[in-house]
Amino acid sequence: MHHTTYVRAGSTDDAVARMADGGQLLAGGMTLIPTMKQRLASPETLVDLAGCGLAGIEDEGDSIRIGAMTRHADVAGSDLVQTAVPALAALAGGIGDRQVRNRGTIGGSVANNDPSACYPAAVLGLGGTVHTNKRDIAADDFFTGMFETALDEDEMITAVSFPKTGKAAYVKFPNPASRYAMVGVFVASGADGTRLAVTGAGSDGVFRHADMEAALDASFSADSLDGIAVDADEMISDIHASGDYRAHLVREIAKRAVAAC
Amino acid sequence: MPEGSIKDGIGASVRRKEDKRFLTGSGRYTADITRPGQLHVHFIRSVHAHANIKAIRKDAAEAAEGVVAIFTGEDVAADGIGGPICGWVVTNRDGSPTNEPPHPILANGAVRYVGDHVVAVIAETLEQAMDAAELVEIEYEVLAPVVDLANAGSGPQIHENVPGNMYFDFELGDEAAATAALESAATVVELEVRNNRLIPNAMEPRAALAEYDPIDDSYTLFTTSQNPHLTRLVIGAFMLSIPESKLRVVAPDVGGGFGSKIYVYPEEAVCTWASKKLQRPVKWTADRSESFLADAHGRDHINKVRMALDKDNRITGLRVDTVANIGSYLSAFSVVTPTILHAPLLSGCYQIPAIYTNVKGMATTTAPVDAYRGAGRPEATYLLERVMDTAARQVGMDPAAFRRMNFIPKDAFPYQTPVALQYDIGDYEPPLDKALEMIDYKGFEARRAEAASRGKYRGIGLSSYIEACGIAPSAVAGALGARVGLYESATVRVDPTGTVNVFTGTHSHGQGHDTTFAQIVADKLGVDIGSVEIIHGDSDRIPFGMGSYGSRSLAVGGAAIAKAVDKVIEKSKIIAAHLMEAADADVVFADGKFTVAGTDNEKGFGEIALAAYVPHNYPHDRLEPGLEETAFYDPLNFTYPSGTHIAEVEIDPSTGVVELVDWACCDDFGNLINPMIVEGQVHGGIAQGVGQALLENAHYDETGQLITASYMDYCMPRADDLPNFKVDYTVTACTHNDLGVKGCGEAGAIASPPALINAVIDALAPLGVTDMSMPATPEKVWRAINDAQTEAAE
Repeated sequence: MHHTTYVRAGSTDDAVARMADGGQLLAGGMTLIPTMKQRLASPETLVDLAGCGLAGIEDEGDSIRIGAMTRHADVAGSDLVQTAVPALAALAGGIGDRQVRNRGTIGGSVANNDPSACYPAAVLGLGGTVHTNKRDIAADDFFTGMFETALDEDEMITAVSFPKTGKAAYVKFPNPASRYAMVGVFVASGADGTRLAVTGAGSDGVFRHADMEAALDASFSADSLDGIAVDADEMISDIHASGDYRAHLVREIAKRAVAAC
Repeated sequence: MPEGSIKDGIGASVRRKEDKRFLTGSGRYTADITRPGQLHVHFIRSVHAHANIKAIRKDAAEAAEGVVAIFTGEDVAADGIGGPICGWVVTNRDGSPTNEPPHPILANGAVRYVGDHVVAVIAETLEQAMDAAELVEIEYEVLAPVVDLANAGSGPQIHENVPGNMYFDFELGDEAAATAALESAATVVELEVRNNRLIPNAMEPRAALAEYDPIDDSYTLFTTSQNPHLTRLVIGAFMLSIPESKLRVVAPDVGGGFGSKIYVYPEEAVCTWASKKLQRPVKWTADRSESFLADAHGRDHINKVRMALDKDNRITGLRVDTVANIGSYLSAFSVVTPTILHAPLLSGCYQIPAIYTNVKGMATTTAPVDAYRGAGRPEATYLLERVMDTAARQVGMDPAAFRRMNFIPKDAFPYQTPVALQYDIGDYEPPLDKALEMIDYKGFEARRAEAASRGKYRGIGLSSYIEACGIAPSAVAGALGARVGLYESATVRVDPTGTVNVFTGTHSHGQGHDTTFAQIVADKLGVDIGSVEIIHGDSDRIPFGMGSYGSRSLAVGGAAIAKAVDKVIEKSKIIAAHLMEAADADVVFADGKFTVAGTDNEKGFGEIALAAYVPHNYPHDRLEPGLEETAFYDPLNFTYPSGTHIAEVEIDPSTGVVELVDWACCDDFGNLINPMIVEGQVHGGIAQGVGQALLENAHYDETGQLITASYMDYCMPRADDLPNFKVDYTVTACTHNDLGVKGCGEAGAIASPPALINAVIDALAPLGVTDMSMPATPEKVWRAINDAQTEAAE
């Protein structure tokens, strides 16, 4: 690891100010720290967000609001999340391993937008809202490409809100080596119809599948996804899975997610 | 199985003595050792698979904070430092020797794989060394890589003295006889298999710490080695020209090796060399990325197999043509692994009158490839057990029945195979029968039908293996090209109070020697296991030994210990006879007591030990004082563990995921000293075999970059990939060592891959699938199902 200076921000404003000075925000560090240890990232200043009061889960009536620094284990174990959006609690409980779930945070995961991460599928699949120090961003506008988001240079996530949704499920087909999602599908049936988001597979990161959503709106059953095309050319293709295998898995795992609702 | 005479003796599942320190984090590994004034070395490694080094600019780095020295291949050459040697070579088909290229400890002029060690940056702290390394500029002229094994011969030549990129062209057996058998066969079975390349992944990365003592011009090297004396011999005599007596090599606790820590690597030699140049201790600890890139890899064969059957489906001949990837340089056992440890195993546990094999060892611009758990024998077993299933399917026989009718019958031992080995003893039907019963082979079709009702394809696969271990009879090894002897040594030192210290030339890096060896000694001497200490891993303390690999520790090292203990008992009997005023021949030793037949005279073992060291009343005319004996044991033959493993799988056709649902195995390891430790070895071996068959694969891309260079991409088996294993044993005791033991360390990894792949093929056979390569990943299996269904539809 290169030399770095660690500072602990006392508030969101403090963190944003330090970010303006070139600081790198540190949430759970589950991606950033290993990257630094491999000398692939070398921020001069690390701005730890742990002291910004951003952890916690709140009931906001029709939705729940999860602070950016809330750890996966706390989301998984929350009575509120388990009741309001059980699929989200289950997803959080399946991220990484116990150590990761006790360090990693929802804000860090969503901001990083790793194409194989689980949380982006939930945010997009549930039609959540990403709250920042500047504004609220709808999920559909937030994820803009692999490891890319709508966040501005001077913007940080403070919380993520999810509409209370009982009829939803997330099914992950893990990469055998990393156990990240090779294909993960989050499907939710809410007041505004069906949303279906796919992570792990798309070469532009997490994405919704309009044809599947339409088919499920017509008939919410696994069988209604039979024969729906998934474009292999838009899939990641690597040593673990080719594009056409991933495309096949997207439909297969989507069916399982629908069946699990 | 022999019943031990005491509670913790031979045959008892004693809990491992060493686990107290391992499980409490109290082990002492090389990286835990710190010497005053130690420096840290960071190696700059090649980022190219194949390139000429045009220039190395190190001025800026040398000026960086904390930097003490920066060494390159030119410095190594200037000091006349040699490279690691190949420990065992073979003679080519045409009588010429193996082509042995130089292997400088820092690359000089060219790099030959991604991870090749180019520059050693030595600084006060590791961070300073790594920071400075970023300031070193290396100018490369990139050359075309050689990655594709099948076409390695037509790639650009990697070494000046290795034409056609072929290190060796080895053969064994009778080609004319094998050809005749194939030409006259009623059935010829053909199969081509790839034995996938693996990365060892010992839990502890390699490490070295070297210290030079200018007062007596001597060195101490702490290193992660499976065989400290071999390291001392090679570094001392062949690389750095240090008198052996001036080099102490210590391999303290070592966290796994699986073969990868047998060899002498350049890094530990650099540390030793630099410790004198700089007059300060020099330490190196690999990070995990370096382990992936620069530990010797394993396996990586292409085998073309042709088997001849007569009209009764008896095997009449076998021909195997193998191309083995040896990688960029010749590692210590890289040549012997695909030849001497591979070709003689091709008879398996079958009567095959005619066998011929040719093995071409190829240079590629990939990491060196060497022995990995099983070393040559897994490759032989894989191709043989795959072709056995292919043959059974081709002639419409049950695979168990086909194996059974071709087994070497139990009354045929000693059995001389047509490929050099003579099996001393074995009986292959009982373990087959037991394993079939354990997995309920008869009930399989019902399970297959039940799985089908759930939309799953269920399959069952067998592997009846034999291996040759207890490596090795020195004379045989020497005749076959070994440059070392392969005996083992032991010193048994009894203290005046009767406690016992055993100094063994083997090395324990997870195998449980502290316990197993103590059980042997406790059993033979009738003392408590707690009073027996096992000392290993320090060339200044132990007699010259060859270390641990090839499942040799018990069969060779344990046998040496038993012999040394026997010498102690013989001497003790004379002392006892003197003390009890009896004739030597009348003294009987049992249960820790010396008695005189027909009297009530007795002396405890402790009393004899005291008499040996306080020899006031002692047979000085016949014996020297003291009670310490050394034995060197050179085995007369290899040992031949065997058995049958059976895997049962279920495949989800919608994803291609293979679920391993059941495993039964019955092994014949001869006598068991500690059945619990043996079972652990079987479990670990199977886990590694499952890894090879389903999960693991070292993947280089076409430019020679290692894509699977971290756990993000290299898939290790985890506990939840494995079922509970049903493990049992039969015993035919080895005929040529006193303990009747054969060794168990590699059997699981040897037996298991073909059982698993045979099960996968069996599951898909109803669709018309006849082949599956390792690892059987979900995508491969899914594609095989799709292709078969497409073909059926057409």
